[in-house]
Amino acid sequence: MRAAGFGRASRRAVEPVLIARAITRRFGAVQALAGLDLAIESGEFFALLGGSGSGKSTLLRVLAGFEAPDAGALTLDGQDLLPMPPWARPINMMFQSYALFPHMNVAENIAYGLKRAGVAAGERQSRVAAALDLVGLQGLEARKPQQLSGGQKQRVALARSLVMRPRLLLLDEPMAALDAGLRERTGLELRALQRKTGAAFIMVTHDQQEALALADRIAVLEAGRVAQIGPPQEVYARPASRFVARFLGAANVLEGRMQGSVFASAEAGADIAADLPVETIAIALRAEHIRLISADQPHCVTGIVEDAAFRGDDWLLILRLPGGARLRVAHAGAPPAPGDTVGLAWGAASLVPLLA
Amino acid sequence: MSRGVLLAPLWIWLLLFVAAPVVVLVIMAFATPADGVPPFTLGLRFSAFAMLVEDSYYAEALLAALRLAAMTAGFCLLIAYPMALGMAGVRPRWRMPLLALLMLPFWTGFLLRIGAWIGLLRDEGLINRILRTLGVIEAPLALLYTEGAMLVGMVHAYLPFAVPPLFIALIRLDPALLEAAADLGARPARVFFSVTLPLTLPAAAAAFLLVFIPAAGEFVIPELLGPPEAQVIGRVLWQEFFQNRDWPLAAALALVLLALLILPMRWFQRLEAEP
Repeated sequence: MRAAGFGRASRRAVEPVLIARAITRRFGAVQALAGLDLAIESGEFFALLGGSGSGKSTLLRVLAGFEAPDAGALTLDGQDLLPMPPWARPINMMFQSYALFPHMNVAENIAYGLKRAGVAAGERQSRVAAALDLVGLQGLEARKPQQLSGGQKQRVALARSLVMRPRLLLLDEPMAALDAGLRERTGLELRALQRKTGAAFIMVTHDQQEALALADRIAVLEAGRVAQIGPPQEVYARPASRFVARFLGAANVLEGRMQGSVFASAEAGADIAADLPVETIAIALRAEHIRLISADQPHCVTGIVEDAAFRGDDWLLILRLPGGARLRVAHAGAPPAPGDTVGLAWGAASLVPLLA
Repeated sequence: MSRGVLLAPLWIWLLLFVAAPVVVLVIMAFATPADGVPPFTLGLRFSAFAMLVEDSYYAEALLAALRLAAMTAGFCLLIAYPMALGMAGVRPRWRMPLLALLMLPFWTGFLLRIGAWIGLLRDEGLINRILRTLGVIEAPLALLYTEGAMLVGMVHAYLPFAVPPLFIALIRLDPALLEAAADLGARPARVFFSVTLPLTLPAAAAAFLLVFIPAAGEFVIPELLGPPEAQVIGRVLWQEFFQNRDWPLAAALALVLLALLILPMRWFQRLEAEP
């Protein structure tokens, strides 16, 4: 069962590998998972994105079998996973701390799962060698985990999971323990490995850049439920709710309601020309979609510059709108002085209606 | 400077209660036994050490003591490991009460606990009375003054030393390691033998030595519970000091025991030093 991994990747079937239905888990007064539904497709790189307390780690532990849900259904290739203990599930997990066995060397760590699966010594050796090759750690077989750098430990942990040829690999904040400089490259390598092995990856992360950059699809979790799911570009461009808009890319969210052809927002203190559905209760507007124009322009929304911070590529301006709301604006070139009043403009397509 | 001041009480303590007694022992060991107070005259004679080598009685007592200490430590380890495992497995708020329960016997008198064993094990003791009432036996079993009684008393007395190092090692063990092993296909028993046990072996060795070192010098329990022929080194020491009043010989014997126990203490320190 565990061996049924790589071959199917080429088919790239659309039918889901993993289906979670109405998963509920409560810890005392805390509802970690509140009827969560999720379907993971074969061979996709999936990211679970959420803040602390969103339930993303609990979900991963439920999938691995370390937590039993209070209610719900969980199937892998149509097979019911819930009665199976962690050691029987054809799912492997890479731990945030890597959890390498300190009393075993690199080769023994990687061979651990193969030994448990009863793989013969000869094949074990060649598979360990292939796994080391895959993550580029040839020659480090005899090292103990304590003698490895953070990046090397991460690769050993990855090799130890991948050598099992899982249908599904769970990655718990795989880059969180790495130096910032190493994260970007490691992330790209991770995605390349995912493509190569064809296993479905589910990565839990609180880092939206990481999720957007690497995943085929992302799910934003909020309070134990999926707030939005879809390809990163879509979720980023069309957030479905105020929560997702604020969480992803920290978009500006202005509350209000549609009145004819304008969006009337008390916190903005302005009527914003917009052609949006009547049930819109807020709009999202990204900092990088706002342009500064002269404040004398007729009918334009104005703001007072409160603060400016240089970010390298551009300046981040914090503007206060007449209604009191604060707006983040990304501005290339010299920033206006604090206290200046500026006019604001954006393309009509930049206003994203939020219905929840 | 300030560090020296802070450490001063420790050094004074060591000087007064460790170094000074050892110096006294060394002086005594090379003296000649004599009638009087103190019962020796100063000198530089090796006769006490020569006696220890010549008379196999002392070597045998030493071996008997080491054997008893090793058996005590071994049994303590076998009992303490599952206890520590159980204590580490409960919810954190139950751990301290359990540890307190473990330490509770320490607060009752040592001799009282030995006395309780005598009451249980003697011919007219509780165990024999119950067995006779039930008709299992007709004549009382000789339980007291046996190797078994001695070992039971030793294990009971020294068990609390063995649990804490194991308990601490087990609660410090990263639970992610156990989950990783399970995730890679190891069943619970395999997780224990391939991860938990190897990673707590240093603590097990420490627990063994924590029992072994003091148990090697024990004389009260063999005296009160053991058979007359169980002449362990602690008992012989006592006899040489207080019955034969051969203080040079007793001092020499004490020094040999000390030298022998420094070795395992060094191992213990090395285990402690490991991360």
